[in-house]
Amino acid sequence: MADSERGFDRRKHSPWLAGFFWLIIAITFVPIVVMILYSFNATPTSRITFTWYGFTTYWYRNLTQVDGLTHAFVTSIEVAVISALISVAIGTPLSMALARYRFWLKGIISSMVFADIAAPSIVVGAASLSFFLSINLNTGLLTILIAHIAFNVAYVVVVVQARLSGMDTSIEDAARDLGAGPFTTFTRVTLPLLWPALLAAGLMAFAMSIDDYVITSFVAGSTVTFPLFVYGVAKVGLPPQVLCFGTIIFVVGLVVAVLNGLLNRRHLGKRAATEDEVADIPLTPESERVLEVV
Amino acid sequence: MTDVAVRPTTTTSPAKSRRPSWLRRHSSPYALSLLGGGWMLAFFLVPLVSGLIVSLETGNPISGYHLTWNWAIYKQLFVHSDIPYTTFFLRSLYYGAASTVIAILIAYPMAYFIAFKVRDRWKSPLLFLVLLSFFVSFVIRIDMWSFVLSNQGIVITALRDMHLVSKSFHILGTSNAVIGGDVYNNLAFMVLPIYVALERVDGRILEAARDLYSNGRQVFLRVVLPLSRAGIFAGILLVFITTVGDPVVSSLLGGVNTYTIGQAIQDSYLTNQQFNVAAALSTALMVVLGIIMFIYARVFGTQNIENLV
Repeated sequence: MADSERGFDRRKHSPWLAGFFWLIIAITFVPIVVMILYSFNATPTSRITFTWYGFTTYWYRNLTQVDGLTHAFVTSIEVAVISALISVAIGTPLSMALARYRFWLKGIISSMVFADIAAPSIVVGAASLSFFLSINLNTGLLTILIAHIAFNVAYVVVVVQARLSGMDTSIEDAARDLGAGPFTTFTRVTLPLLWPALLAAGLMAFAMSIDDYVITSFVAGSTVTFPLFVYGVAKVGLPPQVLCFGTIIFVVGLVVAVLNGLLNRRHLGKRAATEDEVADIPLTPESERVLEVV
Repeated sequence: MTDVAVRPTTTTSPAKSRRPSWLRRHSSPYALSLLGGGWMLAFFLVPLVSGLIVSLETGNPISGYHLTWNWAIYKQLFVHSDIPYTTFFLRSLYYGAASTVIAILIAYPMAYFIAFKVRDRWKSPLLFLVLLSFFVSFVIRIDMWSFVLSNQGIVITALRDMHLVSKSFHILGTSNAVIGGDVYNNLAFMVLPIYVALERVDGRILEAARDLYSNGRQVFLRVVLPLSRAGIFAGILLVFITTVGDPVVSSLLGGVNTYTIGQAIQDSYLTNQQFNVAAALSTALMVVLGIIMFIYARVFGTQNIENLV
């Protein structure tokens, strides 16, 4: 798309609009900057304080010192990995069905996916707990996983289905014409073409899961995940190590997102960009949620 | 309903040379949907309904709850109750509405800037900046605000030192803090859909409007704004639904006077173990949000939403 077509007009600079944009961006960066900065503050106590006592990497070197925090973090990672893997495994076939077939349940399933993404977490969380109580299933790690997979499947479907719809099916037809059965076609043709989307979907599910507080708070029982831990200590003041973990998640997330973006660009590249005007939106759970609703 | 769903399916029938049997062709979408669809049905849709059923149970945390079809609970909770649940409800709706409106006012210029005022190659990086906050854990993000805005925090200290505010001035614990936190937390959910809508506006239409002698303001009010309505609607849907039920922002940034329905649901479930009360509140919230969205869709009737209600 050429600049001139899209209404970009170099003569019409708008300093007010630009200033406003950067001001708001600057405000949204405040919590990020404060988090990173204060993870290096040499506070004498084990709670964050506003006074700046000088730079230290002490909290990073003593990351595992806080009771329960490391365990909560590890639990969160476990839940995120397992729920991401399972939701990709069961979400991908569902996306294939929705993208490649017309069938009676298609509309209903699509609405369910939409509802799953649009529904407020508090209602989903409360409802899930009601459900687990009614079937007498004790809440804990298992129920966290079940609930996380339930919301992650919807995100996986949205991501994978979008990529499937944009995929050239003539290669699959060619494979079938050459005598490949459905299974061979899938493993040798569809899957290799699809794997960047599966990776993206998995990462997204991972991100959704590791950041979820509301739904998890209902179904966790006595299990503590990272967001639950942070919320629990928020009222009395965070230990600096929480900020260290937050900074680590932030940096790792950023690196992965950039790498994934580059990878997707290489794989889908120009075709995706020309077929969909909004293809330049960075892929995050939040942007995917928006695109699903739009 | 969705972009992806309306897109025409490219292969409705497999290649001619190896057409599977009738049964196989017709059963395969169901077989493929079985696990994923089944999971969502069992652990998302069925629980939503079971929430209603739990709300109709009576009992207490010690001896357990039994289904007695106690519809009176809704009347008890919202009409004559010691705890003002109706107030919490209305307050949450107010927070949701206020933060949605403010989010539109802030997000629209931002989306407009990215869509119309920057070169194509800068769009993606700028959108990335809008989304950057999401790489920090949600609870940490909100807690960092309560850290910054606290009475010993940098903002209030600075304002007090400059004698701009009185000694008793505080931000945390007020409705404004909660609304501000909600706006911050959901801004990207408003920027992105508006951006998508603006990006879809055909540049030639704007040119046509200019050729027909409309000035900048008219082009915006009569062409750009109406064309981006679908984006604003999607943003409203996302931001309003998210903020009305959220218990975290009002709990971390608010105080006793900002208690919301989200907190009430959480506390009655997790602290007081009044399962029926919590389930009733959450069912009521779901129904109210559903009705509001339905009315909204009917009144402002955008195509997107029509399909889903």
